[in-house]
Amino acid sequence: MKRGGMLRFILHRLALAIPTLFGVAVLIFLMLRVIPGDIVEIKLRADGGQVTQAMIEQERHRLGLDRPLPVQFASWLEGFVTGDLGTSMWTDRPVIVEIRERLELTVEVAILAAVIATVIAIPLGSLAALFAGSVLDYTIRLVTLGGLAAPAFWVGMLIILGLLTLFHWMPPMTFVPIYRDPIGNLSQLIFPALAIGYRFAAVVTRMTRSAVLEVMREDYIRTARAKGVYERLVITRHTLPNALLPTITVIGLEFAFLIGGLVVTEEVFNLNGIGRLFVQAVSRNDFILIQTLVMIIAAVFVLTNIVVDIICAALDPRLRAGR
Amino acid sequence: MSAAVSLAVPQDDRPDPAEALLRIEDLRVEFSTHRGIVRAVDGVSYDVRPGEIVAVVGESGCGKSVTALSVMRLLPAHAARITGGRIMFRGQDLAHLPAGAMRALRGRDIAMIFQEPMTSLNPVLSVAVQIMEPLTIHLGLSPDAARARAAELLGLVGLSDPERRLEQYPHELSGGMRQRVMIAIALSCDPKLIIADEPTTALDVTIQAQILELMKDLSQRLGIALVVITHNLGIVARYADRINVMYAGRVIEHGDSTAIFHGPRHPYTLGLLQSVPRLDRPRVARLATIPGMPPDLRNPPVGCRFAPRCALRAPVCDTAPSLRPIGMPGQATACHRAEELAPPPRFEPGDIQPATAREMPPTSPLVSVRGLDKSFRISIGQSGVLRAVADIGFDIPRGQTLGLVGESGCGKTTVGRMLVHLTEPSDGEIRFDGADTTHLARRDNVAFRRRAQIVCQDPYSSLNPRSTLGATLAEPLRVHRLVRGRRARRERVAALLDMVGLPRVMAERYPHQLSGGQRQRIGIARALAMQPSFIVCDEAVSALDVSIQGQIINLLEDLQRDLGLTYLFIAHDLAVVRHISHRIAVMYLGRMMEIGAAEAILSEPLHPYTRALLDAAPVPDPTIERARRQRSLQGELPSPLAPPSGCVFRTRCPLASVECAATVPVPREIRPGHFAACIKL
Amino acid sequence: MSTTLAADRSGVLRHWARVTGRAIADQPLGCVGLLVILAMVVASIAAAHIAPYDPLDVDFGSMLAPPSGTHWLGTDTFGRDILSRLIYGTRTALTIGFLSSFLGCTVGAIIGISSAYAGGRTDLIIQRIVEIFLAFPIIVLALVVVTMLGRSRVWGIDLNLILAIAIPIAPKVARVMRTAALTIRELPYVDAARALGFGAPRIVLCHLCPNVMAPYLILLSAYIAQAILLEASLSFLGLGVTEPEPSWGLMLAGDAAQFYREAPWMILFPGLAISLAVFAFNLFGDSLRDWLDPKFRT
Repeated sequence: MKRGGMLRFILHRLALAIPTLFGVAVLIFLMLRVIPGDIVEIKLRADGGQVTQAMIEQERHRLGLDRPLPVQFASWLEGFVTGDLGTSMWTDRPVIVEIRERLELTVEVAILAAVIATVIAIPLGSLAALFAGSVLDYTIRLVTLGGLAAPAFWVGMLIILGLLTLFHWMPPMTFVPIYRDPIGNLSQLIFPALAIGYRFAAVVTRMTRSAVLEVMREDYIRTARAKGVYERLVITRHTLPNALLPTITVIGLEFAFLIGGLVVTEEVFNLNGIGRLFVQAVSRNDFILIQTLVMIIAAVFVLTNIVVDIICAALDPRLRAGR
Repeated sequence: MSAAVSLAVPQDDRPDPAEALLRIEDLRVEFSTHRGIVRAVDGVSYDVRPGEIVAVVGESGCGKSVTALSVMRLLPAHAARITGGRIMFRGQDLAHLPAGAMRALRGRDIAMIFQEPMTSLNPVLSVAVQIMEPLTIHLGLSPDAARARAAELLGLVGLSDPERRLEQYPHELSGGMRQRVMIAIALSCDPKLIIADEPTTALDVTIQAQILELMKDLSQRLGIALVVITHNLGIVARYADRINVMYAGRVIEHGDSTAIFHGPRHPYTLGLLQSVPRLDRPRVARLATIPGMPPDLRNPPVGCRFAPRCALRAPVCDTAPSLRPIGMPGQATACHRAEELAPPPRFEPGDIQPATAREMPPTSPLVSVRGLDKSFRISIGQSGVLRAVADIGFDIPRGQTLGLVGESGCGKTTVGRMLVHLTEPSDGEIRFDGADTTHLARRDNVAFRRRAQIVCQDPYSSLNPRSTLGATLAEPLRVHRLVRGRRARRERVAALLDMVGLPRVMAERYPHQLSGGQRQRIGIARALAMQPSFIVCDEAVSALDVSIQGQIINLLEDLQRDLGLTYLFIAHDLAVVRHISHRIAVMYLGRMMEIGAAEAILSEPLHPYTRALLDAAPVPDPTIERARRQRSLQGELPSPLAPPSGCVFRTRCPLASVECAATVPVPREIRPGHFAACIKL
Repeated sequence: MSTTLAADRSGVLRHWARVTGRAIADQPLGCVGLLVILAMVVASIAAAHIAPYDPLDVDFGSMLAPPSGTHWLGTDTFGRDILSRLIYGTRTALTIGFLSSFLGCTVGAIIGISSAYAGGRTDLIIQRIVEIFLAFPIIVLALVVVTMLGRSRVWGIDLNLILAIAIPIAPKVARVMRTAALTIRELPYVDAARALGFGAPRIVLCHLCPNVMAPYLILLSAYIAQAILLEASLSFLGLGVTEPEPSWGLMLAGDAAQFYREAPWMILFPGLAISLAVFAFNLFGDSLRDWLDPKFRT
């Protein structure tokens, strides 16, 4: 009976996500069509040389921009399935190719950052709560405040600065997949991961701390103590599972910040990832590329939230029941 | 190894009854708050003998819970300290026991049950895990043995289908069932002593009776001593052997149950007994209340702490009295002038008293309801239709009170809200002074509000925290232009405050500066500002302490008499309802079970549910209670989303038969003016 | 008559002194944050008087000079004084930070509260729309808006930049304010107001709004911090404030990245400025929440 409830919950959540994703697609598509001025014209002029109306029309036709809007929208959506997502206005290469080359790197940095940060933050936050008011607690809180205040890209720059001045060493410039050369891969990617992970760790630490503090005030913790349960068990079996629920939710929400931080920080570390591609696309008004990139980023975010919801439901039987 | 651990106490292990199991000696506990140090417990001593049931009675803030938590050493470590005294349990002083030894004791030799079953169980752990914990920790049972014992315990506390219950989570159980699980947990390691802190306050009356009977039965069978902490004198009378009465951090009287109830020797105890409406006595014309409020424990009065409110106060009361023996054996009081205390008049059950029953000259009904229906569509989780109120009809004569009584989920609050148009009826007819007011047009809104008002239960959140009380009271006067001019409004606000018995300076205060009773008075004053002729009192006194409750009830009655008000009084306490009402209506799961004159309902309850309610409500008289046949209503309240077919009460009714499932009974006039909805009558 | 006036005035002063004293004792960190904020406000208003140099002054003679007596925080690749640029950058940061946060929070609050009070289908529809906006990380949405609107300066302010930052903030605020409004709407004293016959506008304005003021103010201060960060990020990417306007984020971009070893001060000080500003607003916002909440939860 438990298993069935979980499966139904997962399917239910996935089903809910579809209209949201569709709404995202509609929104981003429309937003990018509101651009003042003719993009094609601007680009052609920027390339130099004579620009005639015929050239503009030809370019528009080539890129498929002269079709009615709903048709463009439909074929774009179709492209997610067929793999043909249009041609980049700027590089003239298929969008799918541009993305494929860079996706692996970005995903790896994001996951690396999230994992390292979570593994550090949850124990740290719990310790801060359990020893609330102590020197340890204040130290932890002070350090986390730094993570919330310092911009991720600046932390990245400081890391590079530190590496240069102290070790006279810069991280490698070229990307090697982790399965081919783990050391080389990590030595490049660990630093941006730390840079964007700092803020993430800070938020999760604070949330864990406040969640643990709040759960410890609950009646059922008093009941556990009244039963004579060892203090250690009160923390691990009774307090933490309940405190993890809001914490995991926050992890899901903060993941969006992580991705946002990555967008800027890839520039600092010269990483050829999705984030950097996005920034470049924006500065070149390549909205064919932009719309797909944003869709992917939004989809990643929605997916993360679904995973978070599923984990929460696995922990909290009340969510499974649908009350 | 056999999993069935014997639950009976072996003969040679039975302790000597005269030797105290738990002895609290001069306990002192301090709380440090940011407003100062509160001496919550200031020299409390009482003892508990093996196998007996001891009650600790008092109102909120008297320190009864803090004392219990101190015994278990469960006080919040950073905020509270035991500053003096000893807690002797089997030769050990618990107050000074090292933490590890105390932990080993908790849940094994002494167990505790808390007030709020809804929040006392861990929501993410199954019932099985939570019951098995003390078994594996204290008794070292293997998981299989522990599980078998857990199932046994669930059966012992009266839960059906124990195997299924073990797999469930707390949110799948009702309040009563959760409390049974708590009791099972408490019993798991065969404790010598169980402390129950307001174990049934949060439960419905009929469930309350079930749980308390269960606890008493288990205590007697297994020889477990029970400390019951409560403010409900009826419960004390029914179940306790000995009583300790606490006030402002001290024990001010103790003794045998009979001695305390029939011959109280402290003015506070006497006052408490007199301020509670009672079902076993004829209705008194006016409740005798204790004036004033309990003292602030940051600066308690020097000497006797009750003196500021005591009618017998004398200069000798400036020195703190200590407990001294008086009256019956085992009784003691902390009052210098206890000898001068007039004993309460004794009532024999057969006494004929001058008629103080409410006279009811025939008047035309002010409010008239027929076929009232309210359904809610539920969309969270399970979808469906919740029929909160089904086919309700009654009349409320002008200037009289109709009491509406029932347990949680019966729809009485919904009925009250529909009468003042905070909720729109799904069907039916409401007539106000002859005119059909079922659906209120917008232009009639204000005119209607000037005739019908509501006083709600929760005094704490019904007032806007950012307005002064004067502004809150003046607002309706200003918005509806009832009184023009600021000075005139100030006068009117002052007059309203006078009417509800509050000093005029209250107009400058904010809600967070008031006590519960004072806020409720403001709530009444606000309802009166519109000069209504009809007021719905929705659990208006349920959240108040006993002594304050009496004051508010008296106030409501005075206002009714002086202003000719008509009330719909909604409550779950039958004694209070009987006191204030001319007629009483009993509801269950949205339907009307019985309606009739208050005294008639009390003396001759026709419907089995009404009889069950009366049985479940204990009266503050141990002699009567001992003589009563304990007969609590079995079963759980059905879910309002899926009410039983036919008569909704049939699943718990002792008279139920096959025909009861066929049709929904309609209230029929069984006696003149007395209606009941049961096909068996 | 005059004595009573004088007595009145000193009474008022004493009252405010007491309130301030209690505020400092209760929330020392928040007061520190407030002081830093006030210092920044003063610096941005009086920039012309405080800054030792003109921030746009190019001086190729002293390019990349380390911190010294003449240039306290050093100079950049154009020989511009970093301290002066930082001080003028305060003006940019605070203006854009406050305006975008205010715009985003106010619009978001109106949407959230109205949605909560409307209830039913309207509420559901607005909620779904807000959810769609929430599927984007803030900076991604901001960049899209930047793409849409391009660049424009109106009255010396980057209006489109402000919009680009305000638009992602609004849905986040809308969601929180909606929850706050819903909680308050269920409270018995709103019921009591309805029972007294007050109309919906009155209830929303006089009863709901003052009680959602507390979360609104807290969100406002939190999102000023966010907005400052966002502006710095966008300027760093070259898509926000542009040269030669002084902006902390901009100061970290371009040349600063080339000269890590040669001129680390180009990186350190602007970043510290951003961190300090965000830190101060966070401290203040946290303290504000602690201070307002206990009274709020009567």
